[in-house]
Amino acid sequence: MSPSPLPSPDAPPGTAAISHPAPASCTDLFVSFTLIALQGFGGVLAVIQRELVERKRWLTNEEFIEEWSVAQILPGPNVCNLAMVIGQRHFGLAGAMSALGGLLAAPLLVVLALALVYARFADVPAVQGALRGMAAVAAGLVAATGLKMSAALGKNVLPLVACVLIAAVSFVLLAWVRVPLAAVVFGLGGLGCVLAWRRLKP
Amino acid sequence: MSAPQLVFTWHDWLSLFTHFLALSMMSLGGAISTTSEMQRYLVERQGWLTPAQFGDSVALAQSSPGPNVLFVALLGWNVGLNNGSKLAALCGVVIAMVGIMLPSTVFTYQVAQWAQRNRERRAVRAFKQGMAPLVIAMLLSTAWLLATGGGTDPDRWPLWLLSVASCLVIWRTRLHILWMLAAGALLGAIGWV
Repeated sequence: MSPSPLPSPDAPPGTAAISHPAPASCTDLFVSFTLIALQGFGGVLAVIQRELVERKRWLTNEEFIEEWSVAQILPGPNVCNLAMVIGQRHFGLAGAMSALGGLLAAPLLVVLALALVYARFADVPAVQGALRGMAAVAAGLVAATGLKMSAALGKNVLPLVACVLIAAVSFVLLAWVRVPLAAVVFGLGGLGCVLAWRRLKP
Repeated sequence: MSAPQLVFTWHDWLSLFTHFLALSMMSLGGAISTTSEMQRYLVERQGWLTPAQFGDSVALAQSSPGPNVLFVALLGWNVGLNNGSKLAALCGVVIAMVGIMLPSTVFTYQVAQWAQRNRERRAVRAFKQGMAPLVIAMLLSTAWLLATGGGTDPDRWPLWLLSVASCLVIWRTRLHILWMLAAGALLGAIGWV
């Protein structure tokens, strides 16, 4: 699987006029995000990456990680933010609301329906086992999404070694030391931004 | 512990709404990061939900399709159910979801619009490029916490193996994600993991 070629490796990120498919309409956004959301057990990000980057090609891997940076750092549910950012880009406010609505509407009905029947099956060992197995797979999917996105670091303005160091230290602090997220965002995220700022041509 | 019998006044509904409104802007890194604050307020301080209802809401939303923020809808649903009717439950869903989504949505939309208009600016490009390594670390640490959430007991090795295997399959192949989830559900249901 090779990343889609850019016109020039020096093209500034997010500005290169790469011709790739785009959502046709707000309805297309709504339906696409509904289908994505309904596949997203235990988190939707893995499905968004696969559908929008690898299948529909609305975004390249590099564009995806840029949008995801914005979506993940802002307050609110990450995938909802991401859907809004993508929708906004193509159809403004209507696009943002279509994408967000698609992501939330059908899954909301499903989860309420599940809540109605859950009480009856919650104690069945096979059901508990199935949920446990799906949760373990979901954890693997999130990790796989992170690994796929890490391919974009090769095209980052930061040297690869700096990227890997920042990512590794952040992982240790977040997953093992359990430092609050805000501290890591301001500390190591801020460091990354300052380094990137210095390397970008004014 | 049986579910509390509640009779909400307008003031209680308003308190529920403002609680979620406030948490919306604090949900850096996703709504799931504010779970402990919600538990403190809904279960410990107000007594509107039992600990079991709270835990079930989070677990059920995690295992159903869609964004994880839908656990907030289930919290509202259960608070409403404790008021004795399905209508109150629906009311709870609307109040909780609008509360948790409205402020962050308005804010994110404004920022996204601004960032799109100013995408050529050095500062915007530096932010998007500079955050990339951290963003990947956040994903990997989320995966780590999800995989070890049930405890780090060595007896759980089949679950870890399943996590690692599904990670490798999704990373290196184009197999549909639903096949992996179905395999996980099947292995769990027959008791192998």
